[in-house]
Amino acid sequence: MSGDEACAEGGISAGCKFFAGYPITPATEIAERMSDRLPEVGGTYIQMEDELASMAAILGASWGGVRAMTATSGPGFSLMMENIGLGVMLETPCVVVNIQRGGPSTGLPTLTGQGDMMQARWGSHGHYSIIALAPNSPQESFDLTVKAFNLSERYRVPVLVMSGAAVGHMYEKVVIPPASEIEIVPRRKPAVPPEEYWPFKPDDDLVPPMANSGEGYGFHVTGLTHDERGYPAMNPEAQDRLVRRLVEKIENYRSEIVELEEDGIEGAEVVVCSYGISARVALIAIERARSAGIRVGMLRLVTVWPFPEDRVREIAGQVRAFVVPEINYGQISLEVERCAGSKARTILVPHMGGTVHNPETILDAIKQAVK
Amino acid sequence: MNNVTLDTEGHPLDIYLRVDRLPHIWCAGCGLGSILGSLLRGLVDSGFDMKKVALVSGIGCTGRAAGYVKLDSFHTTHGRAIPFATGLKLANPELKVVIFSGDGDLAAIGGNHLIHAGRRNIDMTVICVNNFNYGMTGGQFGPTTPWNARTTTSRRGNIESAFNLPHLAAASGAVYVARWTTAQIRQLERAIKEALLKRGFSFIEVISPCPTYYGRMNQQASGLDQMRHYRANSVVKHGANPSEVDIDLEGQIVVGKFIDIERPYLPE
Amino acid sequence: MSKGKAKSGQNRVHVIAERCKGCGFCVEFCPKHALYQSTETNSKGYYLIAASNENRCSGCGMCSMVCPEFAIFVDSAEEED
Repeated sequence: MSGDEACAEGGISAGCKFFAGYPITPATEIAERMSDRLPEVGGTYIQMEDELASMAAILGASWGGVRAMTATSGPGFSLMMENIGLGVMLETPCVVVNIQRGGPSTGLPTLTGQGDMMQARWGSHGHYSIIALAPNSPQESFDLTVKAFNLSERYRVPVLVMSGAAVGHMYEKVVIPPASEIEIVPRRKPAVPPEEYWPFKPDDDLVPPMANSGEGYGFHVTGLTHDERGYPAMNPEAQDRLVRRLVEKIENYRSEIVELEEDGIEGAEVVVCSYGISARVALIAIERARSAGIRVGMLRLVTVWPFPEDRVREIAGQVRAFVVPEINYGQISLEVERCAGSKARTILVPHMGGTVHNPETILDAIKQAVK
Repeated sequence: MNNVTLDTEGHPLDIYLRVDRLPHIWCAGCGLGSILGSLLRGLVDSGFDMKKVALVSGIGCTGRAAGYVKLDSFHTTHGRAIPFATGLKLANPELKVVIFSGDGDLAAIGGNHLIHAGRRNIDMTVICVNNFNYGMTGGQFGPTTPWNARTTTSRRGNIESAFNLPHLAAASGAVYVARWTTAQIRQLERAIKEALLKRGFSFIEVISPCPTYYGRMNQQASGLDQMRHYRANSVVKHGANPSEVDIDLEGQIVVGKFIDIERPYLPE
Repeated sequence: MSKGKAKSGQNRVHVIAERCKGCGFCVEFCPKHALYQSTETNSKGYYLIAASNENRCSGCGMCSMVCPEFAIFVDSAEEED
């Protein structure tokens, strides 16, 4: 099946019972498959009038007690940003899939890109933290969508699956495990009776238990800066407490959230750091480089946000350079550069979009790195 | 003073209010509290399980209502109360979902969502409070500000025409459409009960005073002035054609129940 | 909750003083003209509502319905005691 179809199946296997979306190339197939599959599993598909409404609807559905997701591409991603912010502020579990395409603006609707990576981190206004995963195959599209749901429930935050047309429209074998083998992280429920429940009073790990609407808790939640009772509290003290917690509930648990794939980093002179489809293309360059005797390692970011700062800093002390191929003019490379500091060079191999890299360009950069 | 005891608590609606947040932030003479009270009484008197009622609001003075009720309440982003509520209702059809928001939130930025919810006939009740301006941000004109009215961004008179909200709601497919002002508080409460019990998308426009901005800038500087204006100029016309109930600055305010029909609704 | 007992057959109006903002809706809409705005103020300086001497209140509850502040309500005579 295609990466798009695998995202949909990942959602279904993860227990998703609500999809609200708007057709957009190259993510439309996710909506189409969900419209077929959800009624089969007792769920609801709704095609909203735009992406603004789609994002709002999945937040509402999550508060109604179900796992909810949406899927889009760049232009829709921009429209969803406002309510991704609301999702962050209300700490609402949900999954947003972005099958990236060439941008900016209408760009290249049918052709791949990776230009929304910084937007994934910072796209909504205000300061917050978020989780973003980058599948590089239809199989990973399935696996990471399941993982995204679990992370979203554990950390009470929207989780982004940052794929691309190249993966979304790629057809490969996908193994779907039986339901009994798929881990479903349950929503953390309040341990106190309704009279004592404060919707934003966190547990020790900075994440508050979540009551669903209709369970008798009579809670109030607002996008305004609020206190632990959920009441608007528009003052610097409440802002400080809230924003710190929204960031720290994720950043402090980086080691549990971040997933990396590494190969040959031990003893390497240069490490190719990449994600998504670019990481697959880079494998060809790495193979050729190794045949030419270059000691090159691979660091694949399965989790792009939070960025694996510590691991990159660690590797930077052991290698001469990072080579970062990405289908944009330098986004994640900025993070690599920031963390590598002066310990190692960061060589960006950009591609503006529309197709994947020619592996030779990545190979050239690797050779450059060890000169 | 005879017969008046000055209490500190004990209002019959207090059990549904976050009394620790009263008095609320709305201005003296603003009608929002009256409308919220009517909604609460309507919900209780209609026999709804208050634990299964969810109130969704947007941004603006009206949107603040969500923060004052002791129910599951959601103060969402500007214009997005209706799609949020759509997701909520479809995920849990047992919930009684009520949207309580203002003219700007529902008809300007939220306009697209309003008409599509009407088209889909989603089972929910919308109370749209129309005070003819954007109060929270300081009294700018909005899509319901009558032509020629003075507001902080139309000091020489509004050059745009206003929406006729009942017409918009009816044309979109709402199965229950009514308009009342805060001066007909009893009829409003009755309409709210009808709308709550109606299956499908019900829409009630409530004309309400904004003494601080719209009223003050249009020669009706107190809530009382505006209430007297509503009482003097309202004409009850049940079953009126919604396309004919535009409101202009000086003229009549047609109130009543305009649409009450049956149509397939979501979720089935 | 209420202070003192009313004479039988009389309705009692309760005003939650700290909530009242003196808007005058209750005075205007009382069908018996039983209420007026007094010169007493609450801590915010709003002039509080009072009932006229004639004990005209019929217990209709209109004041309570029209009040935007949840600041006024009535006990009707039948509910007393």
